[in-house]
Amino acid sequence: MSSLSKSPWILHYDASSCNGCDIEVLACLTPMYDVERFGIINTGNPKHADIFVVTGSVNEQNIDVIKNLYNQMPDPKVVVAVGICAATGGIFRECYNVMGGIDQVLPVDVYVPGCAARPESIIDGIVKATTILEEKYKKMKESKSLVKKGRV
Amino acid sequence: MSRRTIIPFGPQHPVLPEPIHLDLVMEDEKVVEAIPSIGFVHRGLEKLVEKKDFIEYIYVAERICGICSFMHGMGYSQAIEQIMNIEVPERAVFLRTIWAEFSRLHSHLLWLGLLADAFGFENLFMNCWRVREKILDIIEETTGGRVIFGSCKVGGVRKDIDPVTLKRIDKLLAELEKEIKDISNVFMNEYTVKRRLVGVGVLSKEDAHVLGAVGPMMRASGIAQDMRNLGYGAYSKLEFEPITRTNGDSYDRCAVRIDELFQSISLIRQAVDKIPEGPVDVKVTGNPDGEYFARLEQPRGEVVYYIKGNGTKFLDRVRVRTPTFANVPALLKLLQGCDFADVPILILTIDPCISCTER
Ligand code: SF4
Repeated sequence: MSSLSKSPWILHYDASSCNGCDIEVLACLTPMYDVERFGIINTGNPKHADIFVVTGSVNEQNIDVIKNLYNQMPDPKVVVAVGICAATGGIFRECYNVMGGIDQVLPVDVYVPGCAARPESIIDGIVKATTILEEKYKKMKESKSLVKKGRV
Repeated sequence: MSRRTIIPFGPQHPVLPEPIHLDLVMEDEKVVEAIPSIGFVHRGLEKLVEKKDFIEYIYVAERICGICSFMHGMGYSQAIEQIMNIEVPERAVFLRTIWAEFSRLHSHLLWLGLLADAFGFENLFMNCWRVREKILDIIEETTGGRVIFGSCKVGGVRKDIDPVTLKRIDKLLAELEKEIKDISNVFMNEYTVKRRLVGVGVLSKEDAHVLGAVGPMMRASGIAQDMRNLGYGAYSKLEFEPITRTNGDSYDRCAVRIDELFQSISLIRQAVDKIPEGPVDVKVTGNPDGEYFARLEQPRGEVVYYIKGNGTKFLDRVRVRTPTFANVPALLKLLQGCDFADVPILILTIDPCISCTER
């Protein structure tokens, strides 16, 4: 299991963010912050990803895309909402086309605050997410072994 | 005739940091037509003027796009200041220009990095972003924010840069110039990079004009149009020439942006030299009544701000025409007949900013 929590792959999707948080997520990958030292790799393929990093809020058009991406990810998976937009809708909350934070559609595990969220806090959020990922994996395994033993 | 297939591209795609969806109609390896569908980042920002008053709205304007954030704030406040006849202090105007050029630097470097990533040159991508961090450090030190500065306001700026820091900026620029030279050398002369860029996606001068391209896209096709020549901000007191190229291919678009990096450095140097002493803001009283049309040169091209006030706290209308919107017709033209493998590069060479296009 440690292989999972020690090198989680992330999938980043820009829901309806202003780009501010997106470029900070990208900045995390580059030499200054370099999350690859934690084994974290940004992948473009949902089927390879363990952690779903979403920036921006949900709107009519992207709600299906978000659900779709999440459903394609293998279990166990963790959702990290980056930025205030992803948490509540933030400054755009009152806009007619904004339905609110990511938790309107997905179960969010970690919220990263900030507008724009700073790379340090994004990294912190992702590292927290790895712990949750590990817990989820353990639970999954337990329930599976219970099924095997015929206790459920 | 070979059979046609449709390949969906996006909205979530590894080369796209932002969601845009294209249906690519293909004949073998060639793209015959590209049909865009948008709306994934639409929020409805323009309507928000009904809920936030004109002083507050600048926070929203800055978040139209996180990359040219400062220039959106600048355009918005310029328009309001014109309507209300506010005389902005000289020092504030110079500071705005300095920050605007810093955002151009960081935006162009970001773009160069993404372009390198699109043709698979990971190392170059990392290097561009490494240099970019140095610019962000200066920005953070002077404004407090890394990407959303929050330092522009109606009637001036919120922060001053002290003389010691201004001197340091001068020194840092010399360092930056050297590093950017190294990077640009790779983009301009490296054999593999050239193979991917030279002659790919040629936009002729006529097409650029007819399709209404703006910014580096247009200048690479040989049209010398730069809104900074209108002399807003402190640009009328600084010396510069619009940078143009003639071939209009991806290589030239890259070259224009690289030259603009050096141009921005020179503009910041001049501004730091000439910046006058004095206050950085004036008090704003009353409400805007009237309309104004502000035009600015953003890293991606010309942005237009139309603002109409009705004498109350809340504006009647804010309308933004963003550069990417103007460049999309040109992009669709470029995509017709290109190779499938070149699609990511062509999309990137217009330097798309979807979040400001859809708002
Ligand atoms: S939280 Fe702020 S910086 Fe991040 S996407 Fe939203 S508005 Fe932009």
